[in-house]
Amino acid sequence: MGMAAVLPGPADFAAWRGAARGMLAAGVPPEDTEWRVAGDAPSLFAEAAPPPASSGAHVPRAFVDLAEIAIRHADPERFALLYRVLWRLTHGEPALMQVATDADVVRLHAMAKAVKRDAHKMHAFLRFRQVETEAGTRHVAWFEPDHHIEDAEAGFFVRRFAGLRWSIVTPRRSVHWNGTDLSFGPGGRRQDVPPDDAVEPLWRAYYAAIFNPARLKPGAMRAEMPRKYWRNMPETAEIPRLMAEAPRRAAEMLSRDATAPRPNPQRLHPPGRADVEEAMDLLDAGTDPKAALAALARELAGRNDLPDFARRATQMVFGEGPVGAPLFFVGEQPGDEEDIQGRPFVGPAGRLFDRALDAAQVPRDEAYVTNAVKHFKFTPTGKRRLHQSPDAGDIAYYRPFLLREIGIVAPRLLVGLGATALRALTGKAVPVMKARGTILPGPEGLPVFATVHPSYLLRLPDEEVQRREYARFVEDLRAAHAQAAA
Amino acid sequence: MDLRQKLEILADAAKYDASCASSGTAKRDSTRGGLGSTEGMGICHAYAPDGRCISLLKILLTNACAFDCAYCVNRASSNVRRARFTVAEVVKLTLDFYRRNAIEGLFLSSGITRSADWTMEQLVLVARTLREEHGFQGYIHLKTIPDASPELVEEAGRWADRLSINIELPEAGSLKALAPEKDLSEIKKAMGGLRARIEGAREDLRTARRAKAPRFAPAGQSTQMIVGADASDDATILGTATDLYAGYRLKRVYYSAYSPIPDASRALPPIAPPLVREHRLYQADWLLRFYGFSREEVIAGGEGGMLDLSLDPKTAWALKHRADFPVDLNRAPRERLLRVPGLGAKTVDKILATRRHSAIRAEDLARLHVSLPKVLPFVITADHRPRLLDSGGLRERLIPGTAFVAAARPVQMSLF
Repeated sequence: MGMAAVLPGPADFAAWRGAARGMLAAGVPPEDTEWRVAGDAPSLFAEAAPPPASSGAHVPRAFVDLAEIAIRHADPERFALLYRVLWRLTHGEPALMQVATDADVVRLHAMAKAVKRDAHKMHAFLRFRQVETEAGTRHVAWFEPDHHIEDAEAGFFVRRFAGLRWSIVTPRRSVHWNGTDLSFGPGGRRQDVPPDDAVEPLWRAYYAAIFNPARLKPGAMRAEMPRKYWRNMPETAEIPRLMAEAPRRAAEMLSRDATAPRPNPQRLHPPGRADVEEAMDLLDAGTDPKAALAALARELAGRNDLPDFARRATQMVFGEGPVGAPLFFVGEQPGDEEDIQGRPFVGPAGRLFDRALDAAQVPRDEAYVTNAVKHFKFTPTGKRRLHQSPDAGDIAYYRPFLLREIGIVAPRLLVGLGATALRALTGKAVPVMKARGTILPGPEGLPVFATVHPSYLLRLPDEEVQRREYARFVEDLRAAHAQAAA
Repeated sequence: MDLRQKLEILADAAKYDASCASSGTAKRDSTRGGLGSTEGMGICHAYAPDGRCISLLKILLTNACAFDCAYCVNRASSNVRRARFTVAEVVKLTLDFYRRNAIEGLFLSSGITRSADWTMEQLVLVARTLREEHGFQGYIHLKTIPDASPELVEEAGRWADRLSINIELPEAGSLKALAPEKDLSEIKKAMGGLRARIEGAREDLRTARRAKAPRFAPAGQSTQMIVGADASDDATILGTATDLYAGYRLKRVYYSAYSPIPDASRALPPIAPPLVREHRLYQADWLLRFYGFSREEVIAGGEGGMLDLSLDPKTAWALKHRADFPVDLNRAPRERLLRVPGLGAKTVDKILATRRHSAIRAEDLARLHVSLPKVLPFVITADHRPRLLDSGGLRERLIPGTAFVAAARPVQMSLF
């Protein structure tokens, strides 16, 4: 026997679910059901109403989520479609929702999509007009949605305009917010909403001014803002004029004589701090080693023959530490964080190095830290920059600057952290693990103490090995410190 | 000058900035006071006849500027009319438009007058007034001036959802030639500074008690590159873009076709805006970020460092890599499906879900609203095997006759 459900409202999901459960429990197949909204014309045949029941059936969450939205669609067949999908889900096709190409599933998705789009356009294109009443300021809007979305979307406007008192009137429904409570009423007419608003001329002026006549693409505009919405949007009254004038305005801009650059445009900066500092550095460079370091940094940063990768870095990262520090640490190159901050040894490896220095009781004012290569060399991969090892040519490019840096700081011992640093300091390839803990001959007769780069410790997979290697690294630093003091 | 005239001048001055996003920020609403909400999804409140979305009130505080960037309508040597809003005027316009549900919020930029700090201070003051005095919960995007002091940048990030610094041109040399007061390395340092602050604030959100975490630009940072004002090719533009995404974690790089402006500079005569090229760059950008393509692969689809203007970059790439096709829609892994011209990421996921239950056939593709002429030459389905893959005429068949290429060209006025 057939069954008919009469739902109290056009988008009442709870009522639909109740009726569907009853039908399912009674085993009524989709083709024997009929669905109506209260007030619709009844069918010719008297049919039983579904009894309240729990079907005991489990359906995927994906169906419920989709059904709650699709039921707002204006299509009178939506209730039957939902029941048919429910029936199929509970009669041998539990994975139906995953079959994106099934005709019923496609239709259900299309309905939900249309409802969502309608809601999105309501959020976007509805315009309030402000009216002064005896009871104070009110905001009133007229909108014509395609689907039964008024009740579902009221919350959006409450969250956005909780402090205003507003009404939204549509042909089927009206929604009112008094600042604390939401209420719903019957539909209305466009005339229920005031015809204009004092701010609208300004809004229309903005709309016209933000349009670029040299980029006329009315098709793109209509695809996103179909004409059916235009009559309720005040700014669209400008469209015919803007489109009519666009070709002439664009042609004028293209044909007009260009203006010559003003020979002496008003300059913003008086000679800045930086320029003054630079001049001072140059003056002092001969006598003051700090000024000499700053001048060296500036010289390197300003070179126009830098390797290509250097131009892609954020900035040059120079050495840091006191002039005359007995220990001069050389790492490989700045990493991602050093590149952003402009300071050496501030990334993960730098933090580990700091910890090890503390553990080895090397006082800060006895250490100068720098890198063999002074720009970050990387390969971009999505949201990360992957460190790329500098090659022999890169090291050779920066080597003269490193040697001058050493000359100015005048340390007692150079410490090479890893292969790149050792190559830069000794001028040749050095096997790190073999040389570790030994002294090699360096530039200007300075001794070079060889050890690993702290990033090597970070890369060790085994925790036990990591602990052991870290302890060895601390020992190396302690040995280097003792050597420098000897 | 009345408010309306100012609005016309200062909106006109702002329209060459393509950014209009209002998405991806923290969720807020006005149920506990104030005005406005942000719910994650951006909303385009209108579209202009240039096809662009109007989401934010996009204006300059003033179009007076000490810089003389050749491509810019507001450069010091231009003869455009100048105007200046007061802070109170911008605040009132924003609130008035917002209450009518005409905008998602404010995108405020400014010409640089007096000093970088003075200008930045004015921008910050507008944002602070909106947030503090009016409890404004809507979206705020502030342009950041690279030389502004760290304290001002810090405060800008507290009030704004998004901050942006425009790189303008992809190479230091072009920037020097066309925007002599700007400096690429200063711009990159400033972007790096923003990245550090944005990440710092997120880290604090995770670790500290939420209520105490300082806010900093929850919708991240973006930038814009002008396309066609200098001689840079697409390979260079996309190379700079990939470095920017990777280095500074930008949410978006906007590409803006160099557009004719009133009173153009003789150093940079006006041209018809290269809209198709701009569109191809956006498509390529998408392939880089969401489809696992490298810059080199995308560029290899074109010739001489330029993308193919007549085909979308995925189809162009596929035509030059025919040996990688056909792809079997019922067997191939996700990465390979993403490489098929005409298949978007969502469609790929639907195919993956569906094929576990039933074999994919050509008619299924039609149900998924896929363009069959575009897809079928490159795929195998249960009932279809492509025949034209090696044909020399395939490229011509794939060039769309009515699609974007034609639509993007400025049209004469008969359509209305």
